[in-house]
Amino acid sequence: MDWISPRALNRLGMLNMNRRNVDYIARYNERSSYPLVDNKLKTKLAVAEYGVKTPKLLQVVKHQHEISRFREMAEGLAGFAIKPAKGSGGKGITVITGRDGDGYVKASGARVGASVLERHLTNILAGLYSLAGTPDVAIVEDLVESDQSLARYSHQGVPDIRIVVFQGYPVMAMLRLATTASDGKANLHQGAVGVGLDLGTGKSLNAVQFNRPITLHPDTGLPLENINIDAWDEMLEMASRCYEATGLGYMGVDLVVDAHDGPLLLELNARPGLAIQMANGRGLLPRLRAVESLKRPHFTPRERANYAMETFASL
Amino acid sequence: MSSPSRLPFYIAVFLLITAGISLAVWRHVELGIPWLTGEQHPVWMVEARVDFNGSNQPVVASLNVPEQPPGFRILTEQAASPGYGFSIIDKSGSRRAEWTKREVAGPQTLYFKAQFIPDPGAEPIPPAQPPKTRRLFWEEPQATAVREILAQAEARSSTPESMTRELIRLMQPDTRVQNTTLLVSEDNYLQLLVNMLNHSGIPARTADGLKLEDARRRQQLTPFLQIYNGERWLTLNPKTAAQGVPDDLLLWRQGSESLLDVVGGDNSEISFSILRQTIPALQLAAMQSDGNGLGFLSFYELPIEEQSMFRMLLLLPLGALVVAFMRIVIGIRTSGTFMPVLIAVAFVQTTLVPGLVAFLSVVSIGLAMRGYLSSLNLLLVSRISALIILVIFITAGLSIFGYQMGFNTGMTVTFFPMVIIAWTIERMSILWEEEGGQEVLVQGSGSLFVAICAYLLMSAPLAGHLTFNFPELHLTILGLILLMGQYTGYKLSELKRFTAMKVYD
Repeated sequence: MDWISPRALNRLGMLNMNRRNVDYIARYNERSSYPLVDNKLKTKLAVAEYGVKTPKLLQVVKHQHEISRFREMAEGLAGFAIKPAKGSGGKGITVITGRDGDGYVKASGARVGASVLERHLTNILAGLYSLAGTPDVAIVEDLVESDQSLARYSHQGVPDIRIVVFQGYPVMAMLRLATTASDGKANLHQGAVGVGLDLGTGKSLNAVQFNRPITLHPDTGLPLENINIDAWDEMLEMASRCYEATGLGYMGVDLVVDAHDGPLLLELNARPGLAIQMANGRGLLPRLRAVESLKRPHFTPRERANYAMETFASL
Repeated sequence: MSSPSRLPFYIAVFLLITAGISLAVWRHVELGIPWLTGEQHPVWMVEARVDFNGSNQPVVASLNVPEQPPGFRILTEQAASPGYGFSIIDKSGSRRAEWTKREVAGPQTLYFKAQFIPDPGAEPIPPAQPPKTRRLFWEEPQATAVREILAQAEARSSTPESMTRELIRLMQPDTRVQNTTLLVSEDNYLQLLVNMLNHSGIPARTADGLKLEDARRRQQLTPFLQIYNGERWLTLNPKTAAQGVPDDLLLWRQGSESLLDVVGGDNSEISFSILRQTIPALQLAAMQSDGNGLGFLSFYELPIEEQSMFRMLLLLPLGALVVAFMRIVIGIRTSGTFMPVLIAVAFVQTTLVPGLVAFLSVVSIGLAMRGYLSSLNLLLVSRISALIILVIFITAGLSIFGYQMGFNTGMTVTFFPMVIIAWTIERMSILWEEEGGQEVLVQGSGSLFVAICAYLLMSAPLAGHLTFNFPELHLTILGLILLMGQYTGYKLSELKRFTAMKVYD
């Protein structure tokens, strides 16, 4: 067994689960703001007012009888994504990338019939994927077509960028690439690859899969060291804006880069995971403390993003 | 880092923990509730045996019995004497056991048994009014002798105690002068002492004590002298003038004139047998809690059925403590926060191995059936409901099957909470579909591990003893759990999880 000493973790400034919960989430996140991020539909509406773009909403399925209308609507579409509004951790998200006669082609390449999708919608409505098992609504969104420069790194699935935003300041970022192991999902604990990103430039730092450092993508075999995210400052500003939209002091912002529409907000997370630190090879605590000790916080998202790019590039 | 508002929290936690512990210590001291389960207390069983010959007349046998003997408390009293009417009569400062019978002939034997607990703090209640002295009329030449001896003793003393001591010294054979030789004869010594003290204005009386030694039979009482010093009665050895009651001396009679009166019988005698017994300290505490002001804090007075229910309930906080510790400090993943506690409670009733076998078989059969349910495309609520019914079928099936096969342990499945098992199966099944079998294994074995830890703690006899007899200790548990809620350090599992960070250090 291989262990790291708590003292070494302290030196690295690694944020741990208990401290995140007590000192950051409990202290900076208002309970009343949670529904805003736990419900993707509400998130969409809230951030729209602050000029943050999200994938186009195609349909909202609220009741069982509305499922029949889904079939009519989906007839004319090539690709779309079905998501439970209150789902967490990517659970219950089905991505359809194309058609095959009457059937639909999932992102994994599997073909499913319309009845499977309808059953999936039923499950979502019954609350199978929602946080507390409460009844839910399903939303159908336009399929995000990932920008080619990034999409080639990912096995199936759309690569997304997770940015941790603390009191409106982006403090750490990583690129998440789906793998076969993660079944096309961008969840690190399911086996997706996390690539740490330099906040100053949007260039990749190092990468991990299953908490172990790697240099090549396990499926595509592409080197992960020279990835560069375009329009990086724009993305940081967008993430920063979500703070005004939700009021959450400590959150994870998940962005994708669409080939046509540019950066889009996928979802917000009030309890962002800790694996981002492993992908960056750096601890969050020094950056969080730097923001906490700011005497005069910056007021605009632009200023905050600039501050983060200057200050945290080196930390 | 830490904001000032946390100070009151820590004070509150500190108060909770100390309140729990100090209440427990207080009750341990006051009520004698033992810390450990097997603790025993010595108890003296004294049996007084009264023998007399009946002479075809109605009989009243009246025996003085102890009342507030110094250094002891009376635990139980009982009389054994077939055919006799029996009652204990309290009158004017003396307690007497009275046996009565209409027709008595031939040798008779009566028994009176009492259990005494040594208690150094036990003191008789001082009399409300100071006792009066009885003046005796002395004839010459005794009157002169008494006067002179008393004057001699008084000259060398200042208090009733020292006066008594001097008097006893003067009456001893080696210091005797002419005056005392005139007065003292072999059998009137003690009574003479009492009379002389009374004459000098010090209230005095005799008392009888029993030397307590294990397994003695046919013991007799030894006489003692008691004087009243203005506040309370003091006991002195009439020969040595040693003051106080030795630890192994039980004052059987004090304040009453006679030890035994038998009316309607003759040749009466009394003898004592002594036995040292031990009884569980807990039983002792429970027996005494009724009369004590602190008794209201305990469960002893509830009906037995409620008591056993509370025994179970009061174990739950321990389980919660284990779960909190395992999740917050160790970092073991479990399926469902408190599912392990409920499983552990079921284990307590089934014992570990049969419980584990029953639980694993119900869950695995349930998982197999759930696989079919998931293909039926049901709504969540009806799926769970169907699962609950299936779980009940499985339990019933296992019980009947086990019983027919001759294993009574098959019946133990019924102790598991059905709804919890149904939810566990549902969660495991979803976990299986979404995250794969490995995660099911991790969380399932994590849950079972925590459940077994909780079970081992909850089934320890000491744990059951402490939680039930010192319910205030739960305040301490509450304090510990609150404290853990503020733990921001690394979990043990995180030291493993973040191992890869070593290269950046």
